[in-house]
Parts: sequence; structure tokens; C-alpha cells
Amino acid sequence: MELLSPVAPGWGGTLLVGLLHSIEIAIGATCLGLMIGTAGAFGKLYGGPVTRDLLAIYTTVVRAVPELVLILLLYYAGTDLINQVLTAMGYQRVDISGLAAGIFVLGFVQGAYSTEVIRGAILAIPQGQIEAARAYGMSPGLMLRRVTVPAMLPFALPGLANLWLIATKDTALLAVVGFFELTLATRQAAGVTKAYLIFYLAAGALYLALSLFSNLVIGRVEAWSRRGMPSVKEAR
Amino acid sequence: MSAVDAAAVRSGEAQNSAAEAIHVENLHKKFGQLHVLKGVSLSARDGEVVAIIGGSGSGKSTLLRCINCLENPTSGIIRVNGEEIKLKADSHGHTVPADRRQIERIRSRLGMVFQNFNLWSHMTLIENVIEVPVHVLGVKRDEAIAQAEKLLARVGLAEKRDVYPAFLSGGQQQRAAIARALAINPRVMLFDEPTSALDPELVGEVLKVIGDLAREGRTMVLVTHEMKFAREVATHVVYLYNGLVEEEGPPEQLFGAPKSERLKQFLRNVG
Repeated sequence: MELLSPVAPGWGGTLLVGLLHSIEIAIGATCLGLMIGTAGAFGKLYGGPVTRDLLAIYTTVVRAVPELVLILLLYYAGTDLINQVLTAMGYQRVDISGLAAGIFVLGFVQGAYSTEVIRGAILAIPQGQIEAARAYGMSPGLMLRRVTVPAMLPFALPGLANLWLIATKDTALLAVVGFFELTLATRQAAGVTKAYLIFYLAAGALYLALSLFSNLVIGRVEAWSRRGMPSVKEAR
Repeated sequence: MSAVDAAAVRSGEAQNSAAEAIHVENLHKKFGQLHVLKGVSLSARDGEVVAIIGGSGSGKSTLLRCINCLENPTSGIIRVNGEEIKLKADSHGHTVPADRRQIERIRSRLGMVFQNFNLWSHMTLIENVIEVPVHVLGVKRDEAIAQAEKLLARVGLAEKRDVYPAFLSGGQQQRAAIARALAINPRVMLFDEPTSALDPELVGEVLKVIGDLAREGRTMVLVTHEMKFAREVATHVVYLYNGLVEEEGPPEQLFGAPKSERLKQFLRNVG
């Protein structure tokens, strides 16, 4: 048990730092994914033919290719591309931080899935509510903020909650590109101490704790987003 | 001013578009191949209550929804308080409002009441009523709340201020929707079949509220199936048939002595 102690020579601290990095990546990627997803959903629903085609290619390709392949591709090819552009323009090569790259790569993937979740949620809004917003002179931005987003939230949250939980675990994939998150931290600790069972169980428990805590928060948010809706149980 | 002078002034006003709250001229609307409005003109002066009646598919709802460009007319002129809505053709050849800010400004002074209420389901009644004043018209929040409370009391929903629409009856929702429309201090109220989605026993409470508004001299354009009600509150009735104005005039004339065979037939069927 002293192996898990947060202070040296225990490795608990290392695991917690890894968990922290995982959470950072998951939050960043989910936020980026939500931004891409919202823009993507509106583009798919209301955009011109070119926008719609480009978005269709984006969501199809990203959802078709295994995430691990995308991560390797975007991480190595992406940083390489940026550096080639920089050197071509006469700048120094830069080291792109693992955190930024991880957030970008996972966020790019999340964006494709979020686009479809949010598009479906917007389609589920009773159209009369959108029409009322138009009829009262709301500008498109105000309508988005005051009507469309809050009205679609109850329909989007279950899907977005799934995506968040997937994002927390997808951070483990970044171990392959050497980003120090929970899985890589666990591998290091287990490798050095040879206490594989203890550390992988501990990592599993940390992922589980994160999921349970997320469920708690998501449950609250979902109940709030459904505040204007009668309980489903009563309609049974 | 003598009665004759007053009448002269009023008829003078009729020719002066500035006194018209709503002026629609030669309006056409096509949905693809379907020609719904085939050149309709309509006028509502300040204080007038114009009732639009007609069978299903006659284009009456479309006409009302063109006034605030919820449906974009294919061609024609629409003036609200003398200001013509600027229209242009978009890249697909559809007619759309040319100036987004202009149409938003005009809409924010037209109080629309829908057949299906269309209250915002994530807002309580009081939030629904203050939404447009606070976020579109820039009224201070506490002023808007004070006014909204008065309006909700007026439609008999004071104690429901913090209830969400889904927990109310259709009649209550429609009365709240009328309060929402009144909250913007509208120049004209537009009613799109406001009682058609209601259970019969709830129609009366909504008609009473609308009737009170008519009697206090609000300018209104009302699409309705309630002939008795139209006869009571309207100052002018327009009968649409197949996308054209078949007959129009004061309610006594239209309901008491209709000239058109189609209108006679229609009144026999609904009466």
C-alpha cells in the first residue's frame, strides 16, 4: 500500500498528476468539441451547399477512422506540418506542447460527434419556439443564446454526456504519443515497481471515480435543463 | 369638430398611408408550384380590428404571416406604420427581407399570437413575458417585471407567474402568450387562429381577453374561425377565397348581407 502513497517513494502523487492531466485534456477537448459541434450543427442545418458538403466530409471521415490512427496522424503529421509552414515562412521550429496538441486532436474528433448530437437536438426543438423568437425580432445571435441553445439542451445532454465520458477515457490514447496522462503514469509506476496489479487497479479506480463524479454533475445539469418539462414518469 | 368633418378626416386618413398601421398591396406568395396568395391587398388603420376569414387553404394564415415576414412574400408591398419592408431576391431567387435590422425592428413592434401558443418551454410565464422587452427592446429588468406582473394579472394568471408553460392548460398558455405580445407594447396585434388548438370549453376565456383588447381600441389583425366573435369585435372583415379577397366590408354587411355566393356558402357551412 505504501506504493500508492502520494509522497515519495510512493507513486500515488505521480498517478494523481497523470489524472489531473487527463482531466485537463478531457475538459479542453470537450470545450473545443462543443464549439466545433455547435458551429458544425448550424452549418449542416442552415449553411450553403459548400459548407454542408465540407462538414459532411469532416464528420464522415473523422467518425470513420479509428481514433488512435487520427491521434497519430494529427499529432505527428500535424506538428510536422506546422513546423514546415513555420520554417518555410522563415520562423524557428517550435515544440508544440503535449497538452495543446492533445486538446486539439481529441477536440477535433469530439467535434465531429458533437456536430451530429447537437444537430439532432436542434431538430428536436418544437419549431414554433424558434418561430416565436423570429416573430419577436430576435437577432440570430440572441435567438441562439436565449432560445435555441437552452431549448435543445434537454435533447443534447444525454448524447453530450456520453461524449464527455468517452473523452475522459480517450485521453489514455495520448499515452502512445508520449503525453503524460493517467495511463502513461500508471505504466511508469508499474514498470518501475513491478506492482502491475496494484497500479492498474488504482488507475481503474481513478477512472471510475471520475465517471461517477461526472454522472453526479451531469444528472444535476440534466434535471435543470428539463425544468420546463413534465416528468416522463407521470406520462407513463 | 363636427361629425361630418371627423368623417372627412377619417376618409382622408384612409388615403394617407401614414395613418395606416398595416398596408399590404398586391401580395403574392408561392410555395414552389403552389400559388397560395394571388394578389391580396389589406389595410388596417390605427384602432381598427380586421378579421380575416376563409376556408382552409384559402391563404388567410399565410397572409397574416407575410405581414411580419415569417413567410417571405413572393412579391408585393408591405408597409407597417408607413414604413415599407425592404425586400430583395436572394441567390436562389427567393424574396427575403433586404435589411435584417429593419425587419427585426418592425417585428419587435408587432405582437404575434400563434395557434399553438409557442411559449418558450424553458422559461416560466414571467420570464416568457419579460424576454422580448429585456433582451430585444432594452427595457430595464425590474421595470419589465413590474409590467409583466400587471399583464399576467390582467389575463388572470398572476398566481402562475413562476410556472412553466407545459404545466398549464391550453387556454392558460394562450392567455400567457397574449400577455407576452402585450408586453412589447405592440403597434399592432397579429392573431393567427388563436383558439383553433383549444378544447371547446377553453375557447371562451381566450376570446374574452381578445375581445377586451379590441374594445379598448387596439389595432389588431385576426385570422379566425370564430364567426360570431369576428362579427362582435371586428370593424372590418375580409373573406379570402383561393388566394384572393372575395369580399370585404363591415361585419354587419359581410355576415348580414353577403353578396358573394361563395361567402354565403361558407357562412352556411361554418354557421
